[in-house]
Amino acid sequence: MVKITLVSCGTEYSGIQKEIEKAANTFGAEIVLPEIDLDYINEAYEKFGFSARSSSLKLMIARAMSIVEGKTKADAVFIATCFRCAEGALVRNEVRKFIQKNTRIPVVTYSFTERTKADELFIRMEALATTVARRNILAREKQEGLTLGLDSGSTTTKAVLMENDCVIGAGWTATKDIMESVEIASKDAFEGTGYTMGDVDGIGATGYGRLNLGKQLKAELVQEELSVNAKGAVYLAGHQKGEATVLDIGGMDNKVITVNNGIPDNFTMGGICAGASGRFLDMTARRLDVDITELGPLALKGDYKKAILNSYCIVFGIQDLVTTLAAGGSKADAAAAACHSVAEQVYEQQLQEIDVREPLIQVGGTSLISGLVEAVSDILGGIDIIVPEYSQHIGAVGAALLVSGMGTRQEDK
Amino acid sequence: MVNVAIYPPNSLILADLIERKGHNALALQKEVRKKVTDPEIDSPPMNLTEEDPIKGLKYAAIEVPSGVRGRMSIIGPIIDEADAAILVDDAPFGFGCVGCARTNELATFLLRTKGMPVLEINYPTSRDETFDMVNKINEFLDSLEEKEDN
Repeated sequence: MVKITLVSCGTEYSGIQKEIEKAANTFGAEIVLPEIDLDYINEAYEKFGFSARSSSLKLMIARAMSIVEGKTKADAVFIATCFRCAEGALVRNEVRKFIQKNTRIPVVTYSFTERTKADELFIRMEALATTVARRNILAREKQEGLTLGLDSGSTTTKAVLMENDCVIGAGWTATKDIMESVEIASKDAFEGTGYTMGDVDGIGATGYGRLNLGKQLKAELVQEELSVNAKGAVYLAGHQKGEATVLDIGGMDNKVITVNNGIPDNFTMGGICAGASGRFLDMTARRLDVDITELGPLALKGDYKKAILNSYCIVFGIQDLVTTLAAGGSKADAAAAACHSVAEQVYEQQLQEIDVREPLIQVGGTSLISGLVEAVSDILGGIDIIVPEYSQHIGAVGAALLVSGMGTRQEDK
Repeated sequence: MVNVAIYPPNSLILADLIERKGHNALALQKEVRKKVTDPEIDSPPMNLTEEDPIKGLKYAAIEVPSGVRGRMSIIGPIIDEADAAILVDDAPFGFGCVGCARTNELATFLLRTKGMPVLEINYPTSRDETFDMVNKINEFLDSLEEKEDN
């Protein structure tokens, strides 16, 4: 069983300890607390050098130190502190950096409230457990045979058909009924290839609807999107060795994943505010009366500083853009401001939580909005961003790659 | 000449001791001065604007209050620039103070873990301890000079 070591402050008093344990157990992992004695707390805390006032944070630091010093055996680490605790946020970040600098153990951080429930933690725990338990699958670098990858996302459903390390067909459709959407996307992916569903060796499923579609289609691989997207991104970018950061600004949530040799070792997910998602850009395009595919090139022609955008909120932000347009502002400036706003929020809420490692590979449907890619690069000090081919189908490509070698459908026949 | 950071970062006494030994004291006042002599005073008296807490994100995550991040937007670059540091713990606010316990925790942590020579001493409570503190600081500053010569 995968042992996830909990390094936290406030989980017991917030009443969410059982939710954390429940989330870990769901994915075949167990939560363990490092056993340390009182003398070690002071010794470790002094060594670490952070003068925290809260003694629970001192204990948290000591537990992190015990992992780094090998006194506690951990397969993965879950670091959590209370939302809105400034001291907790400071320690959480420094402890994360400390563990990552000194070990290769996968780490996930989270700030919780008393409302945090197990299902909010599922994807994090699943990804942590996967990184540990399925390391051999994640190490796969080449696709073999004929495989179908399906990504049932919150906004769109994507399907990719791969054969002998090449994408031979791709399809996507807006997500409505999960299985109907899968059928439409798959039909597009098979079109012109001469193959049908009966010819594939294996099916890989990911995305929000993965459990449902995986069950219906008897998929050989049903995997959360963090590890699948990370794998798909480094594969398509031709960057399977070394370090990279994968950024996926999605329709419902955003993911930032750091990868080492194709295996994710840290990630953050944001999903609190729609103003920081692709949905905001979708609404902006509609308000500007342009197709979403035209929004990026339009934004590149504009100057975000010329448009008033005082709010990050999806409602008030759009209202600000309306005010800008009413005052005679150009559509291009409004488009640039919308892209800049999303990029800025992703930076403030997520990229700060993670050590961004170059190259940054931007994926997902929003990576096709050139103005957004430019805005992200600008905010990160002009770093190079790779947008690989099929970046909008990243989850489906990752699923098709990872399931290769697992399917025996043709042999079974 | 060595760039020496001090904590509290606005301690005139520490800055003076460093300057007397021919080193460069990285004092908060020098950085604030650059801001308040700007032709456009946006937000007196410190002239920090809403952009500054965003710059502070380099040192503290978004969940950390804006006041801490605003302070770190000035103190953080000082720490980046420092080659050595002198920290005085438990000092009364008349000795120097940034008015925020969380900023103190983060800034002193970053100074301690940067991997540079650091002298950390307690604020003196008697005449003898005061002499002792000044001697320790002078010895530390002399040792920096020697390292530089070598």
